[in-house]
Amino acid sequence: MLKLEKRPSPSQFWSRATPVLAVVLTMIAGGVMFAVLGKDPLVAIRTIFWDPLFGEFAWYLRGQLLVKAGPLILIAVGLSLGFRAGIWNIGAEGQYIMGAICGAAVGLAVYPTDNRLIFPLMVVAGAFGGWAWAMIPAILKTKFNTNEILVSLMLVYVAQTVLAMASTGFLRNPEGAGFPGSRNFSSYPAAANPELIAGSGLHWGGVAALGVVVAGYVLLQRHILGFHIKLSGQAPRAARFAGVSPPKLTVLCMGIAGALAGMAGLFEVTGPAGQISIDFNVGYGFTAIIVAFLGRLNPVGILLAGLLMALTYIGGEMASTNLGLPSAAIQAFQGMLLFFLLACDVLTNFRIRLAKREAV
Amino acid sequence: MFGSIDPTFLIASLMVAAVPIMLAAIGELVVEKAGVLNLGVEGMMIIGAVVGFVTAVQTGSPTLGFLGGALGGACLSLMFAALTQVLLANQVATGLALTLFGLGLSSLIGQSYVGVRPPLMGDVPFGPLADLPWVGRILFQHDPLVYVSIGVVALVWAVLKYSRAGLILRAVGESHDAAHALGYKVRRIRVLAILFGGAMAGMGGAYLSLVRVPQWVDGITAGAGWIALAIVVFASWKPWRVLMGAYLFGGITVLQLNLQAAGSRIPVEYLSMSPYVITILVLVIMSSGRGRAALNAPAALGQNFHASR
Repeated sequence: MLKLEKRPSPSQFWSRATPVLAVVLTMIAGGVMFAVLGKDPLVAIRTIFWDPLFGEFAWYLRGQLLVKAGPLILIAVGLSLGFRAGIWNIGAEGQYIMGAICGAAVGLAVYPTDNRLIFPLMVVAGAFGGWAWAMIPAILKTKFNTNEILVSLMLVYVAQTVLAMASTGFLRNPEGAGFPGSRNFSSYPAAANPELIAGSGLHWGGVAALGVVVAGYVLLQRHILGFHIKLSGQAPRAARFAGVSPPKLTVLCMGIAGALAGMAGLFEVTGPAGQISIDFNVGYGFTAIIVAFLGRLNPVGILLAGLLMALTYIGGEMASTNLGLPSAAIQAFQGMLLFFLLACDVLTNFRIRLAKREAV
Repeated sequence: MFGSIDPTFLIASLMVAAVPIMLAAIGELVVEKAGVLNLGVEGMMIIGAVVGFVTAVQTGSPTLGFLGGALGGACLSLMFAALTQVLLANQVATGLALTLFGLGLSSLIGQSYVGVRPPLMGDVPFGPLADLPWVGRILFQHDPLVYVSIGVVALVWAVLKYSRAGLILRAVGESHDAAHALGYKVRRIRVLAILFGGAMAGMGGAYLSLVRVPQWVDGITAGAGWIALAIVVFASWKPWRVLMGAYLFGGITVLQLNLQAAGSRIPVEYLSMSPYVITILVLVIMSSGRGRAALNAPAALGQNFHASR
């Protein structure tokens, strides 16, 4: 019989090694899944993880990496602060949508004015939209003790109907012949978010993501607020004695996560997506939860995890066009990754020992 | 506003609409009474929906479909049990993983079943009872699962309140250390509760794809699992209130669908967001100061148990 013995403190080594182990295990389990689907597992894994970086079309696909990783990293860093403090904001998808709508609305309101301040203003509006949407669960939690998990998730569905209203109603392109969807931002340079270096895939969202990683690192390692966040997660009682106010921390963590998700939504809608449409959101808000955990709730880890997750998106698309692998397979693959990660985490917190058989 | 909607029909269809969330919520109630917070209800429901659908189409039997759905939900919940009870993973994160994985896997399994018609389930033959005016239409013209779901609520209530097994389950949920000290197998009891919750969620999901919709669509649950979780809070962990909550939400869903169909002046978008907004409102009312929901929660809810001695 095996027995778990709690470690006095989490193992540093295993904390770094589990994500790698989880990725390897997911590749194996994913390979089995692909084999069941009738695809050659080795070819499938190579198509997903190798070809986008070093294959025939790598020159194009490498750029896509930053396009997909940007929003994931931006959202995941925000979420990780809350997760560390035990505040479970899982409605980032809704905050992402509302940020995109608010930011785009500001840009479309002044169309076709040309001014250098328009885009920065839109970014602020996007952050505000996400922040405001995140404030609903945060304030309900602090004032009425409502479960923030359920409320933030319910608000995703509400945000999706607001998005449908926006793209068929108040933000619809007046010159779009009645089709749903807003004006395309690529034909409105003052509000567009183009590629900054041709072929790199880097737009302002990617720049913001890198900035947020640095800021998040500094916050957690060098700032009293980061210490309070970590303290409330690991020892809530001690945190209260140290003068940390749980309601303030809830509002702050949810607000930061919401604002970052909103910004990510705006960068997406003005850049790669191009316009507000009923289905411009592709679930980054949910995938970012996986990214946050895979990155060990650590900004630098999240940077790497975001790039890896972006790779599975691109590789998954490649595999679905080249090998006919269903696109849903990659979603299951990403979910599996979180499973294995959580399972491997046992090694971080526990030692596995042989135990004598006990009386049953 | 309600002019063109027949109230008898409305009540009859709300009983049908309530079945999936009622089954999922009563399962989750048992899980939470055992002190485990499984946030993967949505994932287990959708897996139940797809597995049940595939089983029913392949065998031609809706009954086997429901059993298949329950089995599918239970299998997925077994993964949750392994992670949280054996490997002691964080319950919130594992529940989310279950949902994300379930959504992906379900659309993978179901992709070749889009547009297929499932075998339909007939109503329970109540003979002359079904012809009674009003009452017959409301109570005696339903498929068996409507009665099964009410039966499950009654069973859970009776077991939790009157049986020794129910007492042990509640003890594990209130204080796993005390239950362990008394010699109860905390882990085994919790795993069984999780399996029951998974089976109920799976059966509820199968009801969506086999009766309520009835076909396979990606993301068919559309948040029903999360609403079921909210209903458990709304019910303050009391089985009969789950029944009430499920009928309340079934009623809202049916009413908003009927208003949409009747061409109400309220815009469609406001109607379709109403179940989610009302869920939030209900949560606020139940959780705030004078609603005693929070006080009634099992004391060990969401905490992992590691027997150090």
